[in-house]
Amino acid sequence: MQQDALILELQNGNERAFERIYHLYSESTYGIIYSIIRDETIAEEVLQDVFLKIWDKAPSYSSDKGRFFTWVLNIARNAAIDKIRSKDFKNDLQNLKTDNFVDILEAKTNFSEAVDSIGLKKYIDALKPVCKKLIDYLFFKGYTQKETSEELDMPLGTVKTRNRACIDNLRKMVIK
Amino acid sequence: MDIQKYISSGILELYVYGALSEKESREVSRVLKEYPEVKAEVEEIEKALLTLSSAAAPNNAEHLIASIKKKLTKSPTATEPTETPVRKINWTTYSGWAASLLLLIGLFVFFNRTNDLREELSAERARNAQMEEQIANAREDAENAEELLAVIRDKDVQRVPLKGQNVAPEAYASVYWNTQENTAYIDAKDLPEPPRGKVYQVWSLTMQPLTPTSIGLLDDFEADDNKVFSLKNPNQSEAFGITLEPEGGSEAPTMEQLYVLGTVAAL
Repeated sequence: MQQDALILELQNGNERAFERIYHLYSESTYGIIYSIIRDETIAEEVLQDVFLKIWDKAPSYSSDKGRFFTWVLNIARNAAIDKIRSKDFKNDLQNLKTDNFVDILEAKTNFSEAVDSIGLKKYIDALKPVCKKLIDYLFFKGYTQKETSEELDMPLGTVKTRNRACIDNLRKMVIK
Repeated sequence: MDIQKYISSGILELYVYGALSEKESREVSRVLKEYPEVKAEVEEIEKALLTLSSAAAPNNAEHLIASIKKKLTKSPTATEPTETPVRKINWTTYSGWAASLLLLIGLFVFFNRTNDLREELSAERARNAQMEEQIANAREDAENAEELLAVIRDKDVQRVPLKGQNVAPEAYASVYWNTQENTAYIDAKDLPEPPRGKVYQVWSLTMQPLTPTSIGLLDDFEADDNKVFSLKNPNQSEAFGITLEPEGGSEAPTMEQLYVLGTVAAL
């Protein structure tokens, strides 16, 4: 209910609402963008563009179509993918095929003492290899169920139920 | 519709990912609005994914908000003042001077007016921001109050009034004890502010023999807005008491500094 009110205020162009939305979603959005782009500076640029887009396009969001989180997620993934496909993006794309969010979490656990390393490690350990792939494709990269099924050579229905089990595990870790 | 089956099918996860077709998504949105349990499930999925993706962020992005806010498209900025056309008249040099002087005065007046307007506008904006802040605060207060009400209304909650004792006959407090969750909420609104270096300590008491067990301190008393504190109380309490103790609390209650006391009504 409260969330709905906040989104409504955002749609009315309230800057305070925008700030709260930013506070709620920026870190997650940054994580998504970074997992696709793998360059902090460029990811920050894209993050800024994404939130400007959220501000401009907010009036077009409708809860009939889906969750606000999903709407933001789509904008972020599309912007990040557009960026790596653009000409001025010279990063080594070969890495992207094999890398996924798990490496980022692992890198963070290895090199950073500041973040809650134990917490991150728990996610990685809790997820089976197939879960890591499913979540990477479906969530971080925005594949459809069908694309994921083809990529993993797994029946459509299995993608759905397997993924459910994976998210269940993740939820047990995240929400106590 | 078998809601449990619907939830466990895995469609909601795909919905949050945005992996469904537009038609399927609309269908789920409709179901979600109809069944609160579906909505709750979606919210939990969302929370888990939000946490996971946040963990993949290389650092905190809070600092970017300032530069983003500067770029937010607002209604187009105030239009540039148009220049007043100066007619070319080949009069004497005097009239040329007079015209420039007039123009200068005109510009000066115009400039002043714009400045005044600009100040008024920014004052108005500041007022608006202040109002918004007040509204946001009020809403937050209301939410807190609602949360408190929910605690008090819980059917497993027992209210224990604590009456003022010799040192402070005017003092008063209440304990809302949730025996299921082993939590005691202390409403200490009517306790005087503790003197510097002192702190209130809450005790659970059992009679025969009288045994006090500390259940916690009312830390940061002055700073706490609603003066409601939640403490763990797994004891079979028969009474509650609050004493004033040196900072950090004491092993055993200082009975001379017993502020309030009340017994639990037998159920």
